[in-house]
Amino acid sequence: MRSTRSIEISTGMFVLLGFAALFFLVTQITNRELSVDGSSYTVEARFENIGSLKVGAAVSMAGVTIGRVDSIKFDQTVYKAVVGLKINSAYNRIPSDSDASIMTAGLLGAQYIGITAGGGEEYLKEGDQVTLVQDALVLENLINQLAASFSGRKDEPKDAAANGNTEESK
Amino acid sequence: MSQVAELASNLREFVRMVGAVVLFLLRMLGQIPRLIARPRLVVEQIYNTGALSLVIVMICGMFIGMVIGLQFYDILARFGSEDAIGVGAALGLLKELGPVVTALLFAGRAGTAVASEIGLMRATDQLSAMEIMAVDPIMRVAAPRFLGGIIAMPLLVAIFIAIGLFGVQLVAVQQLGVESNSFWSQMRAAVGVDDVVDGIVKSFVFGVACSLVAVHEGFTAIPTAEGVGRATTRTVVISAVLTLILDYMLTAVML
Repeated sequence: MRSTRSIEISTGMFVLLGFAALFFLVTQITNRELSVDGSSYTVEARFENIGSLKVGAAVSMAGVTIGRVDSIKFDQTVYKAVVGLKINSAYNRIPSDSDASIMTAGLLGAQYIGITAGGGEEYLKEGDQVTLVQDALVLENLINQLAASFSGRKDEPKDAAANGNTEESK
Repeated sequence: MSQVAELASNLREFVRMVGAVVLFLLRMLGQIPRLIARPRLVVEQIYNTGALSLVIVMICGMFIGMVIGLQFYDILARFGSEDAIGVGAALGLLKELGPVVTALLFAGRAGTAVASEIGLMRATDQLSAMEIMAVDPIMRVAAPRFLGGIIAMPLLVAIFIAIGLFGVQLVAVQQLGVESNSFWSQMRAAVGVDDVVDGIVKSFVFGVACSLVAVHEGFTAIPTAEGVGRATTRTVVISAVLTLILDYMLTAVML
């Protein structure tokens, strides 16, 4: 039997190692909780269809993450999804006529919001609304459209407009 | 007719055993206040069940991580999504493989040691001797081993998962050339603190189950060489089956 002292040292090392591993797991491989560091402002965008967008999804511009999706609500009066975008205050020169679209990262990737800069002189600020939006791509609608166009129906343009992805939301 | 009677008596025996295990658990829990006054007993058992299981847990974690790296790479490469390997491996290790494999290793390494040690104490009348000296063997022998196992298990699982992720990273990033940044950033984006909590809750439950089985089997072992051997075997078998059943139930609740 080893002496009590060396048992205590080994036990202490084991326990510390265990807590170090736990600390590593909690801080290094998770990130969902800490969203936007520091100050931020929130703007709103209304979508016909957000697909499987989740709270916490990235808001990115030119591929750089500039914020997170803060809230997702459903507005009963206009039957649209209201998505709150929390954007880091460092990025305060986003033109107010920028367009927000829901995109998918890769084949198995999660959905995120991509913002493409507009050309306006005014910039987005707290409480603003992004009016130019593009809905999530719903595969079924796309297939319907394709099937319609392959079958050579003449009402295809109307169909495309009905399911169209770009539209003004105001 | 005799078959029905046999079935009934088997069933009664099973119910009796469940009751005995629960009562045993309650008696051990009742000893916790007295153990807090003598923490050295528990520290010794954390050493026996935890620190001594460290090497096997680390080696197995490493190789499980490496094999996950290979398998996931092969599967994900078919979809052109090799970068998602970090997400798959981290969630798989955190929620399933970490707790379950560590519990099986724990049952094999620490559970058998505890069961055979207590069984041998029973066979050599050490437990009876304690009772004669007015020392409660549940307080002196069973409860410290049980508590030590419960404390050691989540720590072992955390170490297993951390080493496993290192193994995944070693194969996927260093060897197969998955891009390091997207490996980590996709993992961070997809894994939440709640996933870590899920894994820790599972490991705690498995720790209670495996430790309880080991201590109880040792305590109720038939006091012969054969009886101690049988108690050790039963410890591994019952722990493994119980772990997998509990795993299914916990997963169904958590998802």
